Amino acid sequence: MATTSVMGGSVRRREDPALIQGTGIFVDDLQPTGLLQVAFLRSPMARAKITTLDASSARDMDGVIAIYTHEDVEHLGPLLAQVPIGKLRPLLADGEVNHVGEAVAMVVAETRHHAQDAADAIDVEYDVLPAVIDLKKAASDEVKVHEELESNVIHTWTYYGYWDALGLEDQTPLVDAAMGRDDAVVVSLEMINQRLIPVAIEPRSVMAEYNPGYNRFTVHSSTQVPHALGGAISKTFGMVASDVRVIAPEVGGGFGSKLNVYNDEVLVAFAAKDLGRTVKWTETRREAPGSTIHGRGWIGTATLVGTKDGEFLGYKLEALADMGAYSQNFTVAIPLLGLWIGSGQYKMPVSWTVDCVVTNTMTTDAYRGAGRPEAIYYLERVIDAYAREIGMDPFDVRKRNFWQPDEFPATMGCGFALDSGDYAANVDKLMEVADYAGLLEMRDKAREEGRYVGVGVGSYVEVCGFGPAVLAEIGFSWSNYGLPASFNGSGLVRVNPDATATVVIGTGPTGQGHETTWAQIVGDGLGIPVENIRVLHGDTREHPMGIGTFGSRSVAVDGAATFEATKRVKEKAAKIAAHLLEAAPEDIEFADNGAHVVGSEDQRVEWASIAKAAYQAHTSPDDVESGLEAHTAFSPGNATWPFGSHIAVVEVDPDTGDVKLLRYIGVDDCGVEINPMIVNGQIHGGIAQGIGQAMFEAAVYDASGNLLTGSLLDYPIPTAADLPSFELDRTVTPTDVNPMGVKGVGEAGTIGTAHTIVNAVVDALSPLGVKHIDMPLRPQRVWAAIQEARG
Amino acid sequence: MEVSMTVNGREVTGDVEPRTLLVHFIRENLRLTGTHVGCETGYCGACTVHLDGKPVKSCTIFAVQVEGAAITTIEGMASNGELHPVQEGFWERHGLQCGFCTPGMIMSAAALLEENNNPSEDEIRHGIEGNLCRCTGYHNIVRAVEYAGAKIRGDEPAPPDWEGGE
Repeated sequence: MATTSVMGGSVRRREDPALIQGTGIFVDDLQPTGLLQVAFLRSPMARAKITTLDASSARDMDGVIAIYTHEDVEHLGPLLAQVPIGKLRPLLADGEVNHVGEAVAMVVAETRHHAQDAADAIDVEYDVLPAVIDLKKAASDEVKVHEELESNVIHTWTYYGYWDALGLEDQTPLVDAAMGRDDAVVVSLEMINQRLIPVAIEPRSVMAEYNPGYNRFTVHSSTQVPHALGGAISKTFGMVASDVRVIAPEVGGGFGSKLNVYNDEVLVAFAAKDLGRTVKWTETRREAPGSTIHGRGWIGTATLVGTKDGEFLGYKLEALADMGAYSQNFTVAIPLLGLWIGSGQYKMPVSWTVDCVVTNTMTTDAYRGAGRPEAIYYLERVIDAYAREIGMDPFDVRKRNFWQPDEFPATMGCGFALDSGDYAANVDKLMEVADYAGLLEMRDKAREEGRYVGVGVGSYVEVCGFGPAVLAEIGFSWSNYGLPASFNGSGLVRVNPDATATVVIGTGPTGQGHETTWAQIVGDGLGIPVENIRVLHGDTREHPMGIGTFGSRSVAVDGAATFEATKRVKEKAAKIAAHLLEAAPEDIEFADNGAHVVGSEDQRVEWASIAKAAYQAHTSPDDVESGLEAHTAFSPGNATWPFGSHIAVVEVDPDTGDVKLLRYIGVDDCGVEINPMIVNGQIHGGIAQGIGQAMFEAAVYDASGNLLTGSLLDYPIPTAADLPSFELDRTVTPTDVNPMGVKGVGEAGTIGTAHTIVNAVVDALSPLGVKHIDMPLRPQRVWAAIQEARG
Repeated sequence: MEVSMTVNGREVTGDVEPRTLLVHFIRENLRLTGTHVGCETGYCGACTVHLDGKPVKSCTIFAVQVEGAAITTIEGMASNGELHPVQEGFWERHGLQCGFCTPGMIMSAAALLEENNNPSEDEIRHGIEGNLCRCTGYHNIVRAVEYAGAKIRGDEPAPPDWEGGE
């Protein structure tokens, strides 16, 4: 087993031994004695008044302990949201329902079966109202979803006006003027970036217990944001946050879907307190599309204006974004993440308008990429169409318009500055490792043979590492959950008397390998082997401060804080080691589980002695306090801006419309890498989800608001047989936003992929004149586009 | 109803409702929680166990249907403190991230290699297509199964395809 502890080593994961032997503990694995189970009665209607809700006979059923409806929980208020624009979700339906799957009543029973049987027996009648589903119709306010709101359009994001304090200039006149130029080539595409269901393979689960004597909650939840959940529960019940302990044990994937605080989490806590029993709810896959957020759901028109020889003159996006019925955590703020990368990697004026529209559907919020895959998709698709229009190679067009290496930090029209980049070098490397010229030759030869082979290219930049304290002013904090504002990083590093190190972090990993990555950060700094480092996360009692894991932020923010804390522990440890070695602290170097005097490696003391000395007054220097730990906060001055380029090679069967993905090649740049193995894994998974959107997945509601894609049969996430192996390489452009030069990588693959696939399929069908096909590129849709093109 | 079977080599009995799924019997009666429930509809494969040596999705059968059978769950894969080659492969080739699908994936992969210890990439991909993973994009799962196949055959596994060392 390789156990290199240096940064940059592909150290095998510390998480894995339990998970591969079935002993990792997920929330639903917890089965304490006397546990009660919850089932929800959910609405089968998209929009209706509840005319009858009678649980009296259900209450008498075997095993039923309690049934709650809106009146029982009204005093707790609606579900808290960090960006409370629009209508907040009632904890249980308050006389009306607004999407299929909305929770109407909560049953608590001795077993899951008893709870479900009783939920099915509750007498409920609905007076059905016309559902508002179609985004364009919703935006027209023909029928309003919520009477009390002025409009179904609950917010509009513009490139210049999203934050008045920045005093930005509206660039729309510049873009419009460019369109009027004699030499302008204007290319426009109306495209759908369809609604998706995140589908973490572990359904959500929450278990709560309440001790009235101590007035304390203990809540286990499959969440990415334990501290936010603890804050929200404490605020809801009028407690201090420290009296709500939230534990996120192993969490089986999140992808943003577990970044919300959910009504079921608050309701299970309520029932535990009300009944004085431990209560658990585990989501079923069948109910998940109505209980867990969706993502994406945009329709819009992207317009690129440029010269005939490939110079971009401006870009305009006008889009509608589906918010669903109720606003939850960040719902309305998701498009803002896309806005910040609205100009991509290109220097040009931008006009960018996204209307946030409510509909009678499940709430949308962060799904891997969250606003950024949408923004990049529109931009990169229309760039591809423009390159085709002017007959230029799509990589050449991009390279002509990239920000140049000497222009960083590059301040964009949205007011933020790209931190660092060498975009052309990244593309050059991809063209080289993929043998781009060879691929085009192969494609052209296949075309001569009458085959429909396509080579698609795409680039992306993303915004990660949330975040800069200034973002708290526009809602990027947990302040509405009763916690201190700002998404600071924090890390606590302690060397124990037995010479192990304990690292406590406030992240909420869902498979990203934090226990390994953080052990490398600390091990590298202190010379302690990773085997001797324990990384604790996901427990609000262990760590006073935690933001959670989302937006590819963990290493760039909390990792940076841990790096700083490690430095402080090292400074103190150097004094102790110097004392033991009778040397000067500045001459002490740490390596191989000990410390030695620089240049004199036989003058050495083991960590076992240093750690012991740190806790014993008689062996530590007089001017050094007992103990060996540091807790450091880190507030980055800017977000980080990773980037990359990808190539997809596809072949389309013209008779069936089937798309075969032959190769997928990516060169990504996430700055400095701590563990390349884990970075590869993150990119692989991201690419698979991008391919999922491009080729397979779509959450589809019919006109009445019924979800037609509620099972994994109708909502096919990619299987192993659907995907090729991926070919990855990297460029490394460090950032100076944090001391390690890391940028973040969790979402890169997803943000870089969907447009690359569609560009490839359009390239394959370009001999037929096909200019665009909306995702997902399932055979039926591709076949129809071929038929239409052939007339 | 009373049901008895052999699980990971041990005789077990339990009193269950007729509607109790095998997966719930394993998780709740036997407290072997490594077998996971991801969909309860047979699509995701997180609940895959071996029934008389063959992989089955334990959410698709009732406990009472397997009376007298021999079941192996993920907890029964390692023996005498030694990981099964597939478990080792998943660790060595980063075949898991969140780890929720992993037990089912390992059970399916082990059954595949039992039939054919030198499968092609295509055969591996089709062999595990009944198990869904949302984290890895399957790339490293395929590498993990290739690694395990090599180990079972007594061959040297191919080196990893990432930077930063073995």
